[in-house]
Amino acid sequence: MSYLLEILGPLLEGTAVTLQVFLISFVLAVPLGLLLALARISRCTALGGLVNGYLWLMRGTPLMLQMLFIYFALPFVPVIGVRLPDFPAAIVAFVLNYAAYFAEIFRAGIQSIDRGQYEGARVLGLTYVQTMRRIVLPQVLKRILPPMSNETITLVKDTSLIYVLAMNDLLRAARGIVQRDFTTMPFVVAAAFYLLMTLVLTVGFQRLERKLAVYDG
Amino acid sequence: MASPMIEARDLHKRFAAVEVLRGVSLDVERGEVVAVIGPSGSGKSTFLRCLNHLETIDRGRIDIEGETLVATDADGVCRYSSDATSRRICRRMGMVFQHFNLFPHLTVLQNVIEAPITVKGLRRDEIVPQAEDLLRKVGLLDKRESYPSRLSGGQKQRVAIARALAMEPDIMLFDEPTSALDPELTGEVLRTIRELAEEHMTMLVVTHEMAFAREVASRVVFMDGGEIVEARPARDLFASPAHPRTRAFLDHML
Ligand SMILES: Nc1ncnc2c1ncn2[C@@H]1O[C@H](COP(=O)(O)OP(=O)(O)OP(=O)(O)O)[C@@H](O)[C@H]1O
Ligand SMILES: [Mg+2]
Repeated sequence: MSYLLEILGPLLEGTAVTLQVFLISFVLAVPLGLLLALARISRCTALGGLVNGYLWLMRGTPLMLQMLFIYFALPFVPVIGVRLPDFPAAIVAFVLNYAAYFAEIFRAGIQSIDRGQYEGARVLGLTYVQTMRRIVLPQVLKRILPPMSNETITLVKDTSLIYVLAMNDLLRAARGIVQRDFTTMPFVVAAAFYLLMTLVLTVGFQRLERKLAVYDG
Repeated sequence: MASPMIEARDLHKRFAAVEVLRGVSLDVERGEVVAVIGPSGSGKSTFLRCLNHLETIDRGRIDIEGETLVATDADGVCRYSSDATSRRICRRMGMVFQHFNLFPHLTVLQNVIEAPITVKGLRRDEIVPQAEDLLRKVGLLDKRESYPSRLSGGQKQRVAIARALAMEPDIMLFDEPTSALDPELTGEVLRTIRELAEEHMTMLVVTHEMAFAREVASRVVFMDGGEIVEARPARDLFASPAHPRTRAFLDHML
């Protein structure tokens, strides 16, 4: 019991890092994903093509490679080359990568909305932005909740990849203790923490889904 | 003399290889109820949708209450007025669709007040009493908190009419407002449109309901093959169609 309390300190610190990376990445990746989706379906085909290329790059290479690239290789890239500390580098990698996945979810959601909704809004005088904000996106939200829930939970677990930048997230903290004390107890605790975090998200998404179930369609 | 509510001149429109409108011209005066009839694919919907810029024309000219929405210059270049102007002009026309196009995530009342609040910038407490009057008028005040999916087709269409009226349009466009309804539900929608006619709302109604056209419309336009074949007072057109194509169509319909 006392051993559990002893290892709880570093594990909670690791959890704090994990949560920070998750929350900041999520909050930034969602709007970026939406913008990418809108750009991809825009009438401007050049922009759409550009976004398509971006999605291919982000979804076609490992997230870990992207993270390593941003941390180690970006400083040597001409013009845009900057040296980022580990935390911002991790955030940039997650945001760029997850925005690509969110973009595809948004795109599918937006394209599933009937054309009649746009026309109904248009003949009432709503602008494109008003139509999106008031009519289309609220309906999209309802339709994309299940895949968004999936992707968000995956993001929580993917944060463990930041160990490659030697950051002390929950998993790396646990592994450190395991290697030091020759016990697997920290792994069990870490698993419980991950499960707790994803449980909170699952319940949150379910609540939202139930709230939006008041209407069909 | 005041300019017509709608003045359409020589409208041309093609979808890829198909010429859907081949020189359609029509004036609609204030308070007129014009029914548009014709076989499927004759361009009725396209004509209506060009009037409020849901489709763009390739050639011709459209003026709404004396303001130019689109005109074609001497070189044959078709020019629309600026986005803001065209939006302002088209706002004077309400439109009711065959498939209602209600917003499913909003209640009946929210459907009606959405545009007045978002587009006109009215406050909720300013528009709600007005919206309730409109819902009472179409007989759906008790459904104000329902979501569209809980309504019958006829009720949906009446909400759609109330929603359009909430923007206080000068002209109402109807594209087959009863075609998606079970026969026993068309009556309630047609009654609502008839009441609007009695209030002298200017209306352009695409319909397959010949009895309704004959009874409510001041004029009936028969379209076929992307052209207006004849446009005459309802009684005349039904009693003595001038054109053989009109006669054939009416024989088929009645
Ligand atoms: N968006 C579109 N793209 C291509 N062709 C179209 C489009 N909309 C309409 N058409 C074609 O234009 C022609 C006229 O269509 P329109 O919908 O105006 O006819 P309609 O008179 O309203 O017919 P209905 O009574 O069946 O509603 C049809 O041949 C149709 O296939
Ligand atoms: Mg039609």
